[in-house]
Amino acid sequence: MVEGIPSIWRKIPNRYRLEGNVCETCETAYFPPRVVCPKCRRKGKLVKKRFSGNGKIYSFTKVYTPPTGLELDAPYHLAIIELSEGPKILGQIVESDDKKVKIGAQVKMVFRKMKEDGNAGLIHYGYKFKVID
Amino acid sequence: MRKVSIIGAGMTKFGERWDKGIPELIAEAGVRALVDANLSGEEIQAVYGGTMAAGRLVGQEHIGALLADAMGLNPLPSVRVEAACASGGVALRQAYLSVASGMYDIVVVGGVEKMTDVSTGDATIALAGAGDIEWEFFSGATFPALYALIARRHMTEFGTTEEQLAAVAVKNHENGSHNEFAQFQNKITIDQVLNSKPIADPLKILDCSPITDGAAAVVLASSDIAKKYTDTPIEIIGSAQASDTLALHDRESLTSLKAARVAAENAYKQAKVTPKDINLAEVHDCFTIAEVLAIEDLGFFPKGKGGIATLEGETALNSKISINTSGGLKACGHPVGATGVKQAAEITWQLRGEAGKRQVDNATIGLTHNIGGSGATAVVHIMKRAD
Ligand SMILES: [Zn+2]
Repeated sequence: MVEGIPSIWRKIPNRYRLEGNVCETCETAYFPPRVVCPKCRRKGKLVKKRFSGNGKIYSFTKVYTPPTGLELDAPYHLAIIELSEGPKILGQIVESDDKKVKIGAQVKMVFRKMKEDGNAGLIHYGYKFKVID
Repeated sequence: MRKVSIIGAGMTKFGERWDKGIPELIAEAGVRALVDANLSGEEIQAVYGGTMAAGRLVGQEHIGALLADAMGLNPLPSVRVEAACASGGVALRQAYLSVASGMYDIVVVGGVEKMTDVSTGDATIALAGAGDIEWEFFSGATFPALYALIARRHMTEFGTTEEQLAAVAVKNHENGSHNEFAQFQNKITIDQVLNSKPIADPLKILDCSPITDGAAAVVLASSDIAKKYTDTPIEIIGSAQASDTLALHDRESLTSLKAARVAAENAYKQAKVTPKDINLAEVHDCFTIAEVLAIEDLGFFPKGKGGIATLEGETALNSKISINTSGGLKACGHPVGATGVKQAAEITWQLRGEAGKRQVDNATIGLTHNIGGSGATAVVHIMKRAD
């Protein structure tokens, strides 16, 4: 599926730098940033926050049947990562030995190419994760 | 609020229906439901329909008007409801509310999906829209992958095994073998499931529901007039729906769907029954792990015990509780928008005692559990044979 250029552009801070936000009222951190804190609603005060990209694997799978466009990447590891600042995020695990991909393993964010829109289209970049020893 | 009953039910054969498009499928199911309810058509006041992705799958929108037109019910008002894989269940609930409120006396609710006109890859992308496109699909998440993340966590927290998950598929194929409308009517073994092609580890192809064409319809009437049309009205004694985050990773837990728990709790409260009173349930087994979560979230088994209970046969036909007598999404098939309505049709036939070889003995109270996405929408209905 080809996404429009503005939809890619407006998410650059989040996908390139893990920019989210944090509610100063209840101290809950959010990635991606939320417009309203669901815990505090009108009493919430959300300010920008950049996440470190450090975290650990909460759950993982190895995807053998990818969606159209990611055939060359398959099979790939996909995981839910618990970031050290609190929120969970979904990302691929790359450049990591199969044996090291397990629940609880420490990971860090890496900046990678995600996919491309055909031979002449946009190249999408974003975050993936790598197991650190 | 008025009491509401199902007075008619119908469905098409589920499967690869290359011979039929959306209008033919919904008309076939709708006409069967109307005939079953002994209606000529003039009695009906509104149409509700569930469809998830007709726009992406066949390029057709404006499904509301299409449904009424195809069923020959113009100029009745007709509403299309979309709630991903729970589209059918939510359409049923909207129809229920319209009769319960006193606005209408008799309405028809249908569900339909036409999925085999596109490639499996394109269907996978259309279904991915049930999750979070920006923060799940972008990273390469498919639907099987999201449920695999749930399965891995359930296995880690509770010791659930791949063999226990396989037992869900084996049991549902067994039930499907007695259902003439089911996509798959063949029996399978645990070894066949365990040795089938990996999709998203630990889920294999035989852990997954198929891509299906099909439609289902039921007719609802105010309970005070239901007996005019049928000797065995099936009363909806509980109807509840709940929402949660679109993205799986934003949830408090991966091993329980909070929306399903909340919807179930509210439906039980309205129906004044407990999980122990339920004789049979049609639950949303889009993947084998989803049925394990369902029977735990609905309170039929303690959290973490759903897998072992299934392997030990406690959810088989006429056991402790009969789960997915139709064959479920796994064997009966999963034409996404039709599934929630098909579940209601199956419970209707069971409570009337018309389910043939898959009949649950002395069935009096049944439940349907329909999930959208990886759990962002849950809708639960409880039905009882009217005395
Ligand atoms: Zn807050």
